[in-house]
Amino acid sequence: MLKQRLIASIFVLDGNAVQSIGFERFLPLGRPEIIAENLNRWGADEILLLDISAPRERREPDKELLARVAAKCLVPLAFGGGISSAETARSLILGGCDKVVINTAALSRPSLITEVSECLGSQCVIGAIDAVLRPDGRHAVAVGAGRRILDRDPAEVARVFEASGAGEILITAIHRDGSKAGYDLPLIEKVARAVNVPIIANSGAGHPRHFHDALALPGVSAAAAGNYFSFTEHSILTTKAALIAEGSDLRCDAHADYRGRDFESGGRLAKLPDGSLSDLLFQHVTDDVI
Amino acid sequence: MGNLNSVAHALDYLDVPNVFVREGAALDDVSGIVLPGVGAFGEAMHRLDALDLIEPLTAAVIDRKAPVLGICLGMQIMAESSSEGGHHAGLGWIGGTVERLEVEKLKLPHVGWNDVAARAGEILFENTQAGAHFYFDHTYSLRCADDLVVATVNYERPVVAAVRLGNIFATQFHPEKSQRQGLRLLRNFTNQVFAC
Repeated sequence: MLKQRLIASIFVLDGNAVQSIGFERFLPLGRPEIIAENLNRWGADEILLLDISAPRERREPDKELLARVAAKCLVPLAFGGGISSAETARSLILGGCDKVVINTAALSRPSLITEVSECLGSQCVIGAIDAVLRPDGRHAVAVGAGRRILDRDPAEVARVFEASGAGEILITAIHRDGSKAGYDLPLIEKVARAVNVPIIANSGAGHPRHFHDALALPGVSAAAAGNYFSFTEHSILTTKAALIAEGSDLRCDAHADYRGRDFESGGRLAKLPDGSLSDLLFQHVTDDVI
Repeated sequence: MGNLNSVAHALDYLDVPNVFVREGAALDDVSGIVLPGVGAFGEAMHRLDALDLIEPLTAAVIDRKAPVLGICLGMQIMAESSSEGGHHAGLGWIGGTVERLEVEKLKLPHVGWNDVAARAGEILFENTQAGAHFYFDHTYSLRCADDLVVATVNYERPVVAAVRLGNIFATQFHPEKSQRQGLRLLRNFTNQVFAC
């Protein structure tokens, strides 16, 4: 059975990995390649590397950054940020990523997606849409890190991207970014119903339950999170264990396994009784050599 | 063609010496070949042709019987032809064609981790978990005779996940992107290369 995916995002601002809050405030996390190494070891199903400075500075994507991060990834890596030509997309795929994420440039020129998918295959192209929630309750597409709101419906843009050849759609709710309030389920559901390609839900995770709710929506193939996975060690492994306990269908194959462990109401791993820690001292663990 | 770096990183991780080959003569110096693939069939064949690699590759694989591992599109181009984006001729090393996946309810591309059922005793899958998950990302798949198929995956119906024909090994999924299970599979392949 095809499993659903937990995708870990790394946002990079001026070469540093950052936590992002509403696309406005950024807290430093460290070197992107170190974050990638951890996420890879903690069982991420896929890694999303977004260079959020590239669009602001109107420059080409940082290929050295990609090369450094790609060297640490033994799972699929998608790269996005300022891609505006098929040549750039091709050089990024050759430079180490498996998929490219295209957003702004495709809004004014959807044929960019067509060019990239014809040259590289639609399975290499993720069409990304950033959405905001208007005061009247409707969603609208936004660009420029959410600073400019366009009078376009995210579901309509998703249809255009799909028709142009995108293999997946990444739907981001800017108003939920860093909020820990959960994914914007009505937004994601609306976009998922509009297209036939797999949907990746993004922004807002604060509790394992949020992932569960997003993954339960029809058409949602993956849930992505950035900030969330940087709060604790082994975050992806513990989140997967909590989700599997709730019935989610996820891949679990890493050196550490938290299945069967208890979780607090806040979604964090419950403390083991003191006695079990001294038991661990006498357990023999063999190295996994491939 | 494709994401050569991912394969290189995985082989580096396994301490297997590897080089990128961009001209036919370089194939004389290698013991084994990995043919990765990300992209479109027609484009991939066109690039191989432009680099004059088709004849040297065929000589190495079919005449010299060098072990070769095709990955994803790399497996598909080993077939006779594909209907992706029009009709394109492949390398013709494996009897069969490449056609669009037939699905009614599920989405295309088939993207994500899916469990693979391997034939018992198949060298490529030694030491991997039974029903291990590997990463798939494709819209087209290989159709060939059953005796070539060593592993299948289910996506509304059985889909070819891996084939073997003598020194020719190939997988639809990406072992270089499938973490530990994928690394084990790559190790099994390279063990074959160095056993020759």
